[in-house]
Amino acid sequence: MWTTFLDALLLQAGYNAALVAVGAALLGIAAGTSGTFLVLRKRALVSDAIAHATLPGIGLAFICMTALGGDGRNLAGLMLGSALTAAAGLLLVAWISRATRLSEDAAIGAVLSVFFGFGIVLLTLIQTMSSGRQAGLDGLLLGSTAGMLFQDGIIIAIGGALAVGAVFALRRPMTLVAFDADFAKASGWNVGHVDLAIMGLVLGVAVIGLKTAGLILIVAMLIIPAVAARFWTERTEHVVLGAGLFGGLSGYVGAALSASAPALPTGPVIVLVCAFLFVLSLLFAPIRGVLASLLRHRRFQVRVHRRQGLLALAHSEAVHDRMTLAVLRRDDLIRADGVATDIGRAQAAKALLDERRWEIVRQMQFAEGLKANFDGLTPIEGVLTKDELAEVDRRLGPLSIVGG
Amino acid sequence: MGSEFVMLSLTPILIGILASIACALPGNFLILRRQALIGDAISHVVLPGIVVAFLLTGTVASLPMMIGAAGAAIIAVILIETIKRLGRIEPGAAMGVVFTSMFAGGVLLLEQSDTSSVHLDVEHALMGNLESLIWFAADDWSSLLDPVALAALPPELPRIAAVCALVAGLTYLFWRPLKISTFDEGFARTMGIPTTAISIGLVIAAAVAAVAAFDAVGSIIVIAMFICPPAAARLMTNRLEVQVGWSTVFAVVSAVLGYVFAGYGPLWLGGQHAVSAAGMIATVSGVILGLACLFGPQRKRVGEAATD
Amino acid sequence: MRETPVKVAAEDGRIVKPPTSDDSPLAVRGLTVSYGDKPAIFSVDTIVPQGSMMAIVGPNGAGKSTLLKAVLGIVKSLSGTVSIFGESLSEAQQRVAYVPQRASVDWDFPTRVIDVVLMGLYRKLGLLGWLTNHHRKTARACLERVGMVQFAERQIVQLSGGQQQRVFLARALAQDADLYLLDEPFAGVDAATEKAIIDVLKSLKSQNKTVVCVHHDLATVADYFDRVLLINVQKIAEGPVATSFTAENLQRTYGGRLAATHIDDLRLPAG
Repeated sequence: MWTTFLDALLLQAGYNAALVAVGAALLGIAAGTSGTFLVLRKRALVSDAIAHATLPGIGLAFICMTALGGDGRNLAGLMLGSALTAAAGLLLVAWISRATRLSEDAAIGAVLSVFFGFGIVLLTLIQTMSSGRQAGLDGLLLGSTAGMLFQDGIIIAIGGALAVGAVFALRRPMTLVAFDADFAKASGWNVGHVDLAIMGLVLGVAVIGLKTAGLILIVAMLIIPAVAARFWTERTEHVVLGAGLFGGLSGYVGAALSASAPALPTGPVIVLVCAFLFVLSLLFAPIRGVLASLLRHRRFQVRVHRRQGLLALAHSEAVHDRMTLAVLRRDDLIRADGVATDIGRAQAAKALLDERRWEIVRQMQFAEGLKANFDGLTPIEGVLTKDELAEVDRRLGPLSIVGG
Repeated sequence: MGSEFVMLSLTPILIGILASIACALPGNFLILRRQALIGDAISHVVLPGIVVAFLLTGTVASLPMMIGAAGAAIIAVILIETIKRLGRIEPGAAMGVVFTSMFAGGVLLLEQSDTSSVHLDVEHALMGNLESLIWFAADDWSSLLDPVALAALPPELPRIAAVCALVAGLTYLFWRPLKISTFDEGFARTMGIPTTAISIGLVIAAAVAAVAAFDAVGSIIVIAMFICPPAAARLMTNRLEVQVGWSTVFAVVSAVLGYVFAGYGPLWLGGQHAVSAAGMIATVSGVILGLACLFGPQRKRVGEAATD
Repeated sequence: MRETPVKVAAEDGRIVKPPTSDDSPLAVRGLTVSYGDKPAIFSVDTIVPQGSMMAIVGPNGAGKSTLLKAVLGIVKSLSGTVSIFGESLSEAQQRVAYVPQRASVDWDFPTRVIDVVLMGLYRKLGLLGWLTNHHRKTARACLERVGMVQFAERQIVQLSGGQQQRVFLARALAQDADLYLLDEPFAGVDAATEKAIIDVLKSLKSQNKTVVCVHHDLATVADYFDRVLLINVQKIAEGPVATSFTAENLQRTYGGRLAATHIDDLRLPAG
């Protein structure tokens, strides 16, 4: 199995597998980047509503095309139909949230379920109309990635490129609206239009990816990469890039993995690879990951002991706590017999000064909003602006020499 | 029409009604707490739940399925809470990550498992099979008094009736704490109400209703019942008691009309076969919501968000 | 907007034209905003002269923030007109800068301090304009003015409330506007930040820019501002602080909810 996997990764496992891998990667990139702004705008599940709202459109398109004598399964027609009803669903969500007292999540859930229900009605109708011929429409729920045709790949490539291009072109207004909608409006951007653009991009990707990845799974590819990428960076542009990267990676690796063994349906495997990347990010991303937080906490503990030890030195008190002694000795702040070194005394003086400054800061009610920085341990220069610090020192008054 | 109705339509309609009510009741509180989409999440994770149950027990019997689905719902809620806190992620995104991954996992397991011996119908799980819950043993209306016929009722009926009664009972029992903690959680806590327990209890009740209902109407349609009747009711009144009342009415109407339109609508329009009852029920509930959005007396939003 | 000139009698009987709103930084006529049936602000008129620093004061719910938002088109007004430097909002967009309330933003958003300030330049850049070193220098200069340049690369969630407020102000400075509208810039900030902000605002005034602030602290109105607009759904009074910020006007604005001792503490001129 693993040799096949390796072959698949290198696009050596046959034409079909290679096509699926590349197609899935492209779809992943498009979905990841397009979904990022939806996630940043805190509307992740609108993608679920959009995906489910495509179903009636597909049914209606099928019926119309068959009624007009054409091929009911014509891809272009189906895509058009799905786009139209999804757009209608999207507009309805916006309208319900705006015009009634219902909250946005209720609007999303209502559109999602009702459109989907109506879509199911149409599907059962089709079932009775042309028995058996609609078999292809079933795959829309779960996707038929492995059955990707070259033309599907082309659609994904072109559509995906357009989507990514649109994200790039609109990145500034979308970032602004996601961060501070009032300011965006005051700056002259039409927030309503930008929101429609954000959701429209998601709609586009959903329509493109529907046949390949299926309803539920396209939602996964729109949301998970962005959420995973968020752990790695504090800059919006980098989140977008990271999301595209994770999406593409999941698509490619997932497709290769699924080609290497039987009974590994491509769509779900891609999503699970993406979920795995998410878990890795959650745990191991530096700064925002869980492990990083734990390490920071550990370092914090060391610093607390260090600070307590230094303050004890500054006040000429004896240090008893074992961990404190260990930390102080490790940093050459005390000698083996517990007497402070020169460096130790200098550091102790600084610690005392900082301690007094922090007292003033707390009195001045800076603390609001500064969270972990105000642990009383971080060098105060790194947390206050120059004039804030000047004000603190002014209140501190003249400094005295620390004995010991 | 009489005997045919009793045999073919009575039980499905009853089951539809009971399922709708069982979902609409907790839905009232979910939408007030802006937790409407937890129903979405629960509905999607029943699939992996029943697949795991099937893998573990080897049967498609209802009880293990329901336990599996309930277990999946609980795991999903725990996972969502966990990654929300650990990752500082907003609720919608957390739900999206968890339920899509679990759903994908369910599909994968389904594919991997040996389904040659027993048929596990994914479509059924998602879309339900209300029309097939017919009462073979009934002859006509007198069968309602016939213990032999009653014993042969489709088992889904007493099951959903029990769950509906349970949910209704819990709603009645915990009415005041639910009302207060939904309106003002901080205040409720100061009164000694265990708000966290109420929250968890509400979600579990919703999960139980969802799981019981999905057997009849499928999981996706369950969201419609969680949201549409209560949302429409919310637009009709400002009082919680009245809202719950309206939601029950709307749920019943959706179930009845939905079933009737699905079964007889095509016939009236010249077609021959029925369409999905569950889908039609969801559609009707949506139409009711739409009408409420357009004409409901309390539909307008008041406050700063109003002008935009 | 052209209006037929209204003739007004001056104190000595001469007929004079009223001060025209033609090119005032901000001229509001009959502005009404309502939420459903309740009016948030009702028929508010005001003309803000160039180079002035005006405070908008009033009790909670008086419509102060609503007034700003209606001027900026963030909320829709029921009636009334707004002109900025004699033009409509969309024409004069580039000349107005807005500093909203801090609470309206998710501070865990993935963006650094410098990025927030650069957002102030987005309008000028348009969709595809390239961010050059010149823009970055401008942004850093604005951060320097508010004392935040050393935090340029920092993620905004790590800032205190006062520091966040300074970043918002820097963003407005980057827009290089002529009219600055600030919504409660001093709410919940520490003394040092308050001083930093007021210094920047005073420097704007010295450059003949116009500043309008929704202000919450009556005790500092006379120190910081030269004009005041008292509002409680309707305009109660407006004018130079010396003549309009009086005990009587305050009582009328606050509907008797202001304790007599509080007004005494403000030590206002009588009348």
